[in-house]
Parts: sequence; structure tokens; C-alpha cells
Amino acid sequence: MSNIFFHITAGAYFIATLVFIAYLVKHNEQLVKAGRYILYGGFAAHTLTLILRFAEAGRVPVASLHESLTLYSWLMVAVYGVVLFKYRMEILGAFVAPFALLLIITASFLPSEIIPLAPLLESYWLPVHVVLAFLGNTFFALACIAGIMYLIQDRYLKKRKIKGLYFILPSVEVLDDLGYRCLTYGFPLLTLAIISGAIWSEYSLGSYWSWGPRQVWSLITWMLYAALLHGRLTTGWRGRKSAIFSVAAFLILLGSFFIIYIIVGASHGLVK
Amino acid sequence: MNLIIVGLNHRTAPVELREKLTFPAETPDGTNAICEPLKRLVSQYGINEAVILSTCNRVEVIGVAEDIVEGAREIKGFLSDYHDIASDKLRDHLYVHTGEDAVKHLFRVSAGLDSMVMGEPQILGQVKDAYGHAVLSDTAGVVINKLFHKAFSVSKRIRTETRIGAAAVSISYAAVELAKKIFGNLRDKTVMLVGAGEMAELGAKHLLSAGVKEIVITNRTYERAVSMSREFGGRAVMFREMVHYLKSVDIVIASTGAPDFIIKADDVNGVMRERKHKPIFFIDISVPRNIDPLINNIDNVYLFDIDNLQDVVEANLKERAKEAEDATLIVDEEISVFYRWANSLDVVPTIIALRQQFEKIRKGEIEKAATQLGSLSDKELKAIDAMTTSIVNKILHDPISHLKQEASSVEGDMLIDVVRRLFDLDGEEQEKKVLVMQSKYLLTGRGR
Repeated sequence: MSNIFFHITAGAYFIATLVFIAYLVKHNEQLVKAGRYILYGGFAAHTLTLILRFAEAGRVPVASLHESLTLYSWLMVAVYGVVLFKYRMEILGAFVAPFALLLIITASFLPSEIIPLAPLLESYWLPVHVVLAFLGNTFFALACIAGIMYLIQDRYLKKRKIKGLYFILPSVEVLDDLGYRCLTYGFPLLTLAIISGAIWSEYSLGSYWSWGPRQVWSLITWMLYAALLHGRLTTGWRGRKSAIFSVAAFLILLGSFFIIYIIVGASHGLVK
Repeated sequence: MNLIIVGLNHRTAPVELREKLTFPAETPDGTNAICEPLKRLVSQYGINEAVILSTCNRVEVIGVAEDIVEGAREIKGFLSDYHDIASDKLRDHLYVHTGEDAVKHLFRVSAGLDSMVMGEPQILGQVKDAYGHAVLSDTAGVVINKLFHKAFSVSKRIRTETRIGAAAVSISYAAVELAKKIFGNLRDKTVMLVGAGEMAELGAKHLLSAGVKEIVITNRTYERAVSMSREFGGRAVMFREMVHYLKSVDIVIASTGAPDFIIKADDVNGVMRERKHKPIFFIDISVPRNIDPLINNIDNVYLFDIDNLQDVVEANLKERAKEAEDATLIVDEEISVFYRWANSLDVVPTIIALRQQFEKIRKGEIEKAATQLGSLSDKELKAIDAMTTSIVNKILHDPISHLKQEASSVEGDMLIDVVRRLFDLDGEEQEKKVLVMQSKYLLTGRGR
């Protein structure tokens, strides 16, 4: 049953992406509205997918990469809705929709059967840790998107080329502000994810920290974002530099996430 | 419905001719001057309803007449009589739009799609004024009322659904638009005016009306800065302190007569740290240039000179032309809506609808009576049926024959419209909206 809604979700995100791309070309306000509604429609199906999956598995669906990516994609669209409410930045959908679609497509290629969880990992810390981590990553993804939009708009203004996306992109200062705010949400969430992961590890494995590859990389990511936030707060790093940093940091985060997953699997290589 | 538009505009007639044909809105003593020609159109030229739209780029008479060909000739005659210009001199410059073509033309004009500067918003106000004059002069009837209200709502729809009016098409507005693309909101921003000049002052005025918080003015002659600061409600500062102020202001407009750069890359580099790298926007409208173009290479610094602004204006015009295509689609869509209403003003469908309405009531009442009276014989039922039918026919006889007779007269459209409204032949909502709009319009006089 959850499978049907999964496909509906993928279909809706695909159509929304197409409509948003048409908006980027045509700049028609009706298109961006339509794209948003389709995305929300997909989100409803997405929510049903997660609920049904939860019922079928009898636990929070975060045990396999398929499940994690499905949750990540869902969080992405949910946070997009909240940001849109605060910022009225309609063009954001044109970046969020393809990203959510990409996550769903990747998930669809991965084995989707419900796998039993290692008894060692069965704990309330599981959903807490995973949701915190992916919520943090959602904000980092949005910071990256804001950074990309900033770099595009900055380039138009610097080259004085008044055409194309210039007309529909928001101002550089607003984009810079969005990027910064996303960091101020993402960073504490990542910190909490690492702490909750350590506590969980202590409960189930008997040690807070065991220098597994996921732990090492999450620490590296944490330090990258700490450096970026520090730079912004003290030396007034803003605009282009911090946008580039934000995009790079997210690419590192995303890359390390997949590479480590392929090498050591969902439980971070901590459970043999 | 026989709608006619006769007129000329900036494309069909030179300014020498356009200025001769204008209808000034007010006489020198301040009274409404369009009233008189409007009334003359109706009383002497056999036009049923009329509006005169007169702007610096166009003069148009929008009229409703019984016969299209005759009406167009009459309006042409009126234009040449009223302004005392031989009709053969006018002939080549006048265009005539009738029927659906005229509706389309008016929708396009109101939305600024026919303007010299594509999508400019002033024309809508002028069309509203023209309609207001007709309402006050009593020359706006049912067709004109509906047509103009539709034209206003079409323009509004085009403004909200396309970006036709979004991009600035003058240099000073372009500067404001750019400032918005850099800062978003201008409410907490400060602008510094370096030197004076018509364009710089215009830019500052636009920025102020866009909401900038504060204006700082500096000039080589301090007294000039002081007098300008009074005019703008700003603060005058000494010219030698100008670089110091770069630390705090967000927008700088430079237009001095200085022969070389007065703001150098090193100056700006020096203040960026103290600004905590907050963005700063330089507008250099002086020739020769006053600001070192190299500062554009500094992060969070944006510089536009006069040529760059001109390019922005041209790019915006291109963008507007693109948006105009979407606007045209909206116009076409709305024309068909308007025509559905206009066609309903035909007499035959109105009579049919009227009969159907009464027949519905009659049938309903017979049913009610039959259930109340209990078992009636076929004969009795027949008698009731015959009686009610003849009552309805008698009641409708006079209204229908009047409708038939007067449908093609001067007040025909209005009569049909009244009948349709009195007996609710179109459903209520649509009509109510129009009525409310009209009464609002008459109350405010000009509708703005």
C-alpha cells in the first residue's frame, strides 16, 4: 500500500519539477503557484507513504537507506513550506522540488523491503537521532540552495546582466540572510544529532565514541559548519564567500553520507 | 451591441495633429470641459453612449450607436467639426475599431499594451478619468458601464498575473529596482547623494518614496548641500567627510562635475571591514565618471554607471515585450467573457428566457395547489392549467411587445439589461458586483 503512494509522490514531484522549470523560463506567476500546489499534493501522498510504512514496519521507518532518503525528502518539502510561509520566496520551489525528486528517485532504486533492525539498536534514541540528523541536513541543504541562488543573483548584478533569472530571484541580501538563518537552525540540530548518537551508542554498545567513519565525518562536517558560523559572526564573512563555503560544505556532507553508506551501511559500521 | 472606437495615437499621427485634437479635461476656469463635447456627441451626432479618452499620446472616441458604419462616420464628422480640421486631413491618421475588435482595443489600451512605453501604468488612470467624465455627463449607458468596468478588471488581472509593469523603464526607476534586488527591503537603508544633478535628485526622490530611512547629502559647496537637504528632509555633511560616511550608508549616488574619480577602490576596500561587509550599492551617473570602476570587483560592492543603467532599461523593455504576449492571451480570454454578456443583450433570447422563467413559476404553483386541493379530476386540472396560462400570457403581453418594439431604439440595450436584472434571468452574483462597482464609482466621482 505504501508503495502506491510512494509512486504517486515521485510522480507529483516530477511534474512539480517540470512546472517549476517552465517557470524559470517563462517567469509566469501562475506556473509557480501551480508548481507549489502540485508539490504540496505530492507532499500529502508522501506523508501517507511514511505513515503506512510506519504501520507496516511497526517502527519509525529509518532503518534502510531507502527509508532514510524517503524521510529526508519529506523533511525537505516540509521545511520548504515553512520557509515559504516566512519568506514569500516562491522561486525556492524550483530548487527544492528537483532535490526532493532526486532523493525519491535514488530511494526508488534502493531495496525497499522492510528489514529487521538489529536488536542492539532497538531504542527510542533511534528516531530521535535520525530525525535530528536529517532535519539538520535539511537546513544545510536549504542553506546550500540559498547559496546557489545568491551566487547566481550576485553574478547577474556584478556582470550587470539584467536578464533571465535576475527578474525572479530575490535580492542578494535576503538570500544571504536566508542562508545564515538556515545555518543557525542546522548547526544546533547537527550538534544534538551527534550528542544523541553518542548517548544511544553508549546505551546499546557501551561506548560514547568509537571513531567509526560516520562519526569521524560527522565531526568534520560539524567543524566545517562551526567554522562558517564563526566566520559569519565574528569577521563578517558574508555574501559570496559564505555562499561558496555553504555550497561546498553541503557537497562534502552529501558525498561523505553516500560514500560511507555504501561502505559501512545504515548503522555506521558500529554494529557487526 | 454596436461598439465603435475612432481615434488616433502616437503611431498613426504626428504630435502636431495630436495636439490639435486633444480635449482638455478642464477649462481655464476649472470646470469640467469634456462634458460639453460628450453631450454634443449624443445630442447632435446620434451616438447613444460616448466616452472621450484624451491623453498626450492618443485621442479616442468610444461610442455606441445603432449602426456601425453610420456611427463611425458621425464620430469622424464630430472630430473634424469640433476641432475645425478638414476631414480629408484627418482621414489617413484615424483608425476605426468596431465590435469585438473595439473591445480588444480598449482592453489593450487600458492595460498599457498599446502605449509608447509598453505596460506603463498611467494610462489606466486616464481611462478611468475618461469614463468618470462620461458618467458625470450622463453619456455612459449600460454597454459603456459594463465595458469599462471589464476593462479595469482586465488591466488589474494583467498586472497581477504578468510582470508587465514590474521592470523599470526609466533610469532613475531602474536604480531603485536594482537597489531592491540588492537589499530587498529599503526601509532601514540610508542613501548618500554626492553632488547635485537632475537625475541624481530624481533617483533620490524615487528611493525616498520607495521607503529609504535616511538621506545624507554632500556637495563641494556646503551651502548647496544644506539647501538640498532642506528640500529632501535629509542631513548635509561636509564634502571632505564623504569617504568617512561610506562606513554607514548603503546606497551612494554620485553626480559631480569632478574630472576624475572622487571615490577610489582603496577608499572602499578600507571601509568594507568596518561595514562588516554589508553590501553597498554605488550609482555613478556623472560623466566623466566619479567612481573607480574597479570597486565592482570588491565582494558585496555593486557599481552601476550611467551606461549600465541604460542597458538595464533596455533589458527591462525587452522583458516587458515578452510579458505582453501573456497579457494578450488574457485579453483574448476576457473578450469572450464580455461577449457572452453582450450577446445576451439580444432581444430574442431575452424574451425566451422571460417566458421560461414565468412558465417555471406557473408549473411550480400548480403543483403546490394540486397537492393542497387533494384529488382533482382531469377536467378540473385542465381548467386550472388554461387559466394560469392565460394569466401569464396577459401579464407578459405588454412587456414583450415593448421589448420587441424598443430593442433597436436608443435605450434598447438598457431596457433589455433591466428586464434581465429585474427578473433575474442571468443569476444574481455577476450583476450585483457590477452594480456595487458602479455605485462606488459614482460616489467617488472619479473612481480613484
